[in-house]
Amino acid sequence: MKDLDEDKIRDLERKANKIRQMIIEMLAEAKSGHSAGPLGMADIFSAFYFHILNHEPKKPDSDDRDRLVLSNGHICPVRYAAMALAGYFPQEELMTLRKINSRLQGHPHRSALPGVETTSGPLGEGLSQSIGMAIAAKMDGKTHRIYCIASDGEHQEGNTWEALMLAPKYKLDNLTLILDRNNIQIDGDTENVMPLEPVVSKYRSFGWETIEVDGHNIRAFVDAISQAQATHNKPTAVVAHIIPGKGVSYMENNYLWHGNPPGIADVAGAPSKDEQVKVALSDLKKIEEELN
Amino acid sequence: MLNPKLKLSEKIFGSDCEMQTTRLGFGEGLLEAGKLEKNVVALSADLTESTHCHKFAKEFPERFIQCGVAEQNMASVAAGLAVSGKIPFIASYATFSPGKNWETVRTTIVYNDANVKIAGHHSGIVTGPDGATHQATEDIAIMRALPNVTIFIPCDSNQAKKATLAASKIKGPVYIRFTRDKTAVMTSEKTPFEPGKIDVYWETESPEATIFATGYMLYHALLAAKQLKEEKIDVEVVNVSTIKLLDVEAVVNMVNKSGAAVTVEDHQVMGGLGGAISETLAKHKPTPIEFIGLQDTFAESGKPQELLEKYKMDKGAIAAAVKKVIARKTS
Repeated sequence: MKDLDEDKIRDLERKANKIRQMIIEMLAEAKSGHSAGPLGMADIFSAFYFHILNHEPKKPDSDDRDRLVLSNGHICPVRYAAMALAGYFPQEELMTLRKINSRLQGHPHRSALPGVETTSGPLGEGLSQSIGMAIAAKMDGKTHRIYCIASDGEHQEGNTWEALMLAPKYKLDNLTLILDRNNIQIDGDTENVMPLEPVVSKYRSFGWETIEVDGHNIRAFVDAISQAQATHNKPTAVVAHIIPGKGVSYMENNYLWHGNPPGIADVAGAPSKDEQVKVALSDLKKIEEELN
Repeated sequence: MLNPKLKLSEKIFGSDCEMQTTRLGFGEGLLEAGKLEKNVVALSADLTESTHCHKFAKEFPERFIQCGVAEQNMASVAAGLAVSGKIPFIASYATFSPGKNWETVRTTIVYNDANVKIAGHHSGIVTGPDGATHQATEDIAIMRALPNVTIFIPCDSNQAKKATLAASKIKGPVYIRFTRDKTAVMTSEKTPFEPGKIDVYWETESPEATIFATGYMLYHALLAAKQLKEEKIDVEVVNVSTIKLLDVEAVVNMVNKSGAAVTVEDHQVMGGLGGAISETLAKHKPTPIEFIGLQDTFAESGKPQELLEKYKMDKGAIAAAVKKVIARKTS
């Protein structure tokens, strides 16, 4: 990975803001989909697609590419937006999200869109698939890395813990787990639905190198990934603290925006449904101006 | 009479009929597939020896992954290996894989179009004393319902080896079904196994009914056919070793000749071979059918032969079903 200077960080922040605007536009057009999760992860996706990943958007099947596995598939609008911005496919195609004959399925489908790496949506399955990729890379003596993004909610799935046990057993230091720790899920706040804390000590006790970061601080996140790359004989988990709905004032930290797109329903604490898209884009434009 | 072209065992009807497990055939096939293709890998969920993966694990320790008692994890790890160019075989008891982990199989292997081979062991009531928890009797139905899956049900140990090897060469998800107990060895090493092909094992010039059998139950169907012949009732017995994709044309042609069908399987009568044959015939050639298998019930602990008798799946029950279906034929 190249060094990050202030200009590059600013560029990644601008791209994250652009990704957020694209997410709002996609969801408004689709009239269906998840809002808070994708918005929360835009900084991390910007860091991955425009700094961390070794990848070629025009060669999505290249053998030596780093793999970015999205386990919590419902936040795929952020991945689609980042991929389009990186040149995997035309940005106009984002407007086909969730529509008939689209490559942009409501939950991502590997065979439909080159570059998405796995079919996901049903929770708790991405880390296991990432382990398979990491073991295959070790068997073949390859040096590419596997990054898996998983949500806090999906740590309620037993499969996630099965995978958390397996990766240290095989000393998969080419595997990094990023926990999208945004504290919300459909039924409410994650700690109320099913407490996950103390997650850092849980990971450590399972044998994972564990780093805790602010998921909106791109430098801190990239530093954590560098540390993961320098860790040997065990996998690394990066607990990224995320503000769900980040950048849209009325969505931030409100679990009611987990599964709703803007512009469809009146939601407590939000502008009327007819104003939601406009307000969301206006909030993001203000941030864009501050970044310029 | 037995079809001479298939080069079947000469001891099928003898008291010295060879008995062997299909899981042994799987273990041999897996080992050979591993020798032929370096990308073949095997995953186990704590049942390595029971599912006969141990020979592969010993020969290729670096290509064997012990997942512990975690069938969902095993399936999805295999999916990750497959999309990275490996040819993973996952082995467990069929009630757990593809039973317990069915959604993981559906999403990460089948819908994901991952080149994974699922070996489901301890299928059917023939699993015996372990009881119904370990007797997989719905696995064909749950796998048949998935698009894009090939399903093999080998009839004996020799065919199990051939089916395992064939699976390693197919690109895409394959489910293969094996049994715990020793069952009759009907085929020889020379008997052909062609994926998708329905072979006639017991042939006759003008059959009054066609018995479609799958897995080791083919043996009981052959015993019934022999008994019926002594009673001057001629039937044809065919081995449906590939349940999906089913050779629709062959099924219809056979029934065009006989006018009646009996399906024979160690599985629920719903959704398995009985389901496949009746769906096919309802669409292409409405025909009287009788179904041998578990009649919408769970079985229990017991010796295999005791269970086959109690649940009306032995040769006597098959012969009775043949007589019943012939009586139902309209002129």
